[in-house]
Amino acid sequence: MTSSDRDRQISHRGSSVMEECGSSNAFLREFGCEQSLLSRPDGSASFIQGDTSVLAGVYGPAEVKVSKEIYDRATLEVLIQPKVGLPTVKERSQEQCVRETCEASLLLSLHPRSSLTLILQVLHDDGSLLSCFLNAACMALMDAGLPMSCLFCGVTCAIDANGEIITDPTAAQEKESRALMTFAIDSKEHKVMMSSTKGSFSVHELQQCIAVSQKASEKIFQFYRDSIRRRYSKTL
Amino acid sequence: MKDTPLSNCERDFLLKAIEEKKRLDGRQTYDYRKIKITFGSDYGCCFVDLGKTRVMAQVSCELVAPKENRPNEGIMFFNIELSPMASPAFEQSRQSELSVKLNRQLERCLRNSKCIDTESLCVVSGEKVWQIRVDVHMLNHDGNLMDAASIAAITALCHFRRPDVAIQGEEVTVYSPEERDTIPLSIYHMPISVSFSFFQQGTYLLVDPCELEERVMDGLLMIAMNKHREICSIQSSGGIMLLKEQVMRCSKIASVKVSEITELISKALQNDKKARKAGGKCGYAESMPQERITALKMDETPVEMTDVSERANDVVQKAKAPPQMVPSPVVPVPGVGQVGQGLKNSWGLEEEDEEQEEEEDSSGVEQAKRATKMEEEHHVKEESRAAVVEISDSEEEEVVILHPETPDKTPKNTRPVSHQKRAEKSKKKQKK
Repeated sequence: MTSSDRDRQISHRGSSVMEECGSSNAFLREFGCEQSLLSRPDGSASFIQGDTSVLAGVYGPAEVKVSKEIYDRATLEVLIQPKVGLPTVKERSQEQCVRETCEASLLLSLHPRSSLTLILQVLHDDGSLLSCFLNAACMALMDAGLPMSCLFCGVTCAIDANGEIITDPTAAQEKESRALMTFAIDSKEHKVMMSSTKGSFSVHELQQCIAVSQKASEKIFQFYRDSIRRRYSKTL
Repeated sequence: MKDTPLSNCERDFLLKAIEEKKRLDGRQTYDYRKIKITFGSDYGCCFVDLGKTRVMAQVSCELVAPKENRPNEGIMFFNIELSPMASPAFEQSRQSELSVKLNRQLERCLRNSKCIDTESLCVVSGEKVWQIRVDVHMLNHDGNLMDAASIAAITALCHFRRPDVAIQGEEVTVYSPEERDTIPLSIYHMPISVSFSFFQQGTYLLVDPCELEERVMDGLLMIAMNKHREICSIQSSGGIMLLKEQVMRCSKIASVKVSEITELISKALQNDKKARKAGGKCGYAESMPQERITALKMDETPVEMTDVSERANDVVQKAKAPPQMVPSPVVPVPGVGQVGQGLKNSWGLEEEDEEQEEEEDSSGVEQAKRATKMEEEHHVKEESRAAVVEISDSEEEEVVILHPETPDKTPKNTRPVSHQKRAEKSKKKQKK
C-alpha cells in the first residue's frame, strides 16, 4: 500500500485534498558545522545547510548595561546582520524568533544581572534561513559552554502548489511554495518551541509539517551529537 | 559591552619584546600574517582571513539617478560594518570613531584613487547609472582591520559581475544572469593598504600589527599602493612625528608587500574562475576545513515521512473541534451594537465564568455601593433606557451590564465611560 492510498483511506474533515507524501522531497540538504572558528567571541559556530550559511558568535555572560539589567536572570540580546545594508523589520522579527527560542532553552537564571549577546551574520541565503539561524545559534551557545535545559534545532518545511511537503527548501522552492513554516524543536521531547509560518494551510497540513519536522530534528540532533563527539574525541 | 582592558604587565611585556625585535606570534618585523582569500557562492562575495582577523565583503549594485554634478558617472558606495561579532567593544549601528576612520580610508583608497571606471557604469546619461555598493563586515577583530578590509573590498570588486542592460529608445532592460552573461567591472588597478605601527615615538616599526600591538602602539601609518608602485593614499594617525627617511622606508616595504598581495589576489581569482568554469560547487561551504575536529559535514539525508499523515490525523482527531458559533449582533438600543453577549466562552477559560458568577453574587451589594458612589460624585448617567454601556477604552475589553436601578435620575449624559470604570474599580476593591 503506497502512502497515497493510505491517505485516501484516512479522509479528514476538511475539504482540502490529501497530499501525497512522496519521499523525493523529504530530505535535508547536506549540512555542516564548524565550531570555535573565531578567536574573539566566547563561542562561535558556522552552520551550513546546502548553500545557506550563517556565522554565529556569542559573548557572555558579561557586564550588562544598567538599562537592560534584569535582576533575576541574564539579558539575552540577539542581533542579526544581513549581508547587504542595515537590519530591517524582517531581521528584527527573525531576531525575536531566535531570542525567544534561546531564552526558552538557556538557563538564564544561573547568570543574573549579566548579558548574553548572540550575533548572527548571514553569509549566504539560499532558503531555510531562519532554521539555519537557529541551528547556528544552538551550536554557538554550546561552544560558549552556556548552561541549557535542552538543545534546539530549526526545521523549515514548505508546502508547494501541489500540496507536497518539502523539508529544508532552497530559495527557489521557497518562492514557489504556498506556505512556509519554520519550527524550533527541542531535543528532550521533540516538542515545538517556536513556530513561524507564512502563507495559508490547513490544520492537517500544519500537523503533518510538525510531524515531519520532528522526524527531521532527530537527524539534526544526531548531527549535533556526532560533531560534539568528534570535537571532544581527543580529550575524552 | 566594554573591551577587556590591557594590564600594565602586558603592555610592558609587549614593548620590551618589541625592543628586542620579537613579536608575540613569532613573526619578524616586516612579516605579514597568513592571508587567505575565499569566495562566497554568489559573485562579489569575498572572505579574507588575515591571521585571526576575518572580514567579509559583499558587492551589490542598483540602478539609481546620478549625482547632478556628475551626470555620466556611476556611484561607488562603501559601508564598513563593525559588527559586534568582531569585538565586544563594537556596538551595532553606531558610528564610532573607528568606523568613520576606516570608512574614510577605504573611500580614499578605492574611490578617490579612481581604480574603477565609473563612467562605464553609466546607463543613460543624467538619468540612470549603476550604484556599486560595497558592504564590508568585520567578523573577527585581531588587529589591522584596514588592510583586511581593503584586500576584501578590492577582491570582491574584481570578483563582482553586474547584470547586462540594453537601451532601446527610452526603455532600459536589465537582463537576468540566465538571459545574458553578466559583466565584470572594469578595474584599472588594485590599490592595497599596508599598515605600519610605530612604537617608542617612531623608534620601532612593525608591519601588520595584531590587536595587542595596536593597543600599545604610538602611531599608525597606512599606505595604499598599487602594484605599479603608485601611492594612492597615505595617512598617518596617532600624532607622532615621522622622519622623511622613515616614510620612504615604509613606502619601499609597502611596494614589496603590495606586489605579493596582488599576486595572491589574482591567483585566488583565477582559481575561483577555474572552479566555476568546471561547474563544481564553490562558496563558503566548500571552503570549510574538513580536517579540523571542530568541523563536521553530513551528506544529504532523507527524512522518513511514512507515518506522518497518520500522526497528523491522530493529533487532529484528538483535538477538540472548535465550537462553531457565529455570534449574531445584538442591538439593545438604536446606535449600540454588541457581539458575543450571552454566548458560551469559546476560549476554554473557566475563570471568566467564575468572575461573572461572582459579579452576579455581589451585584446586590454592588448596586447599593454604586448608588452611594454615584451620589457622592454627583454623577448622573443615562440608564433609563440603555441597559448596556460599553467601555471603549478599557484594555481588558470588559463589558459590564448595569441594571437600570435609577430610573428617576435626570438623563444627563455625562461621561458614562469614566463612570463605568470607577464602578469597576469599586467592585474590585470590594472583592479584595
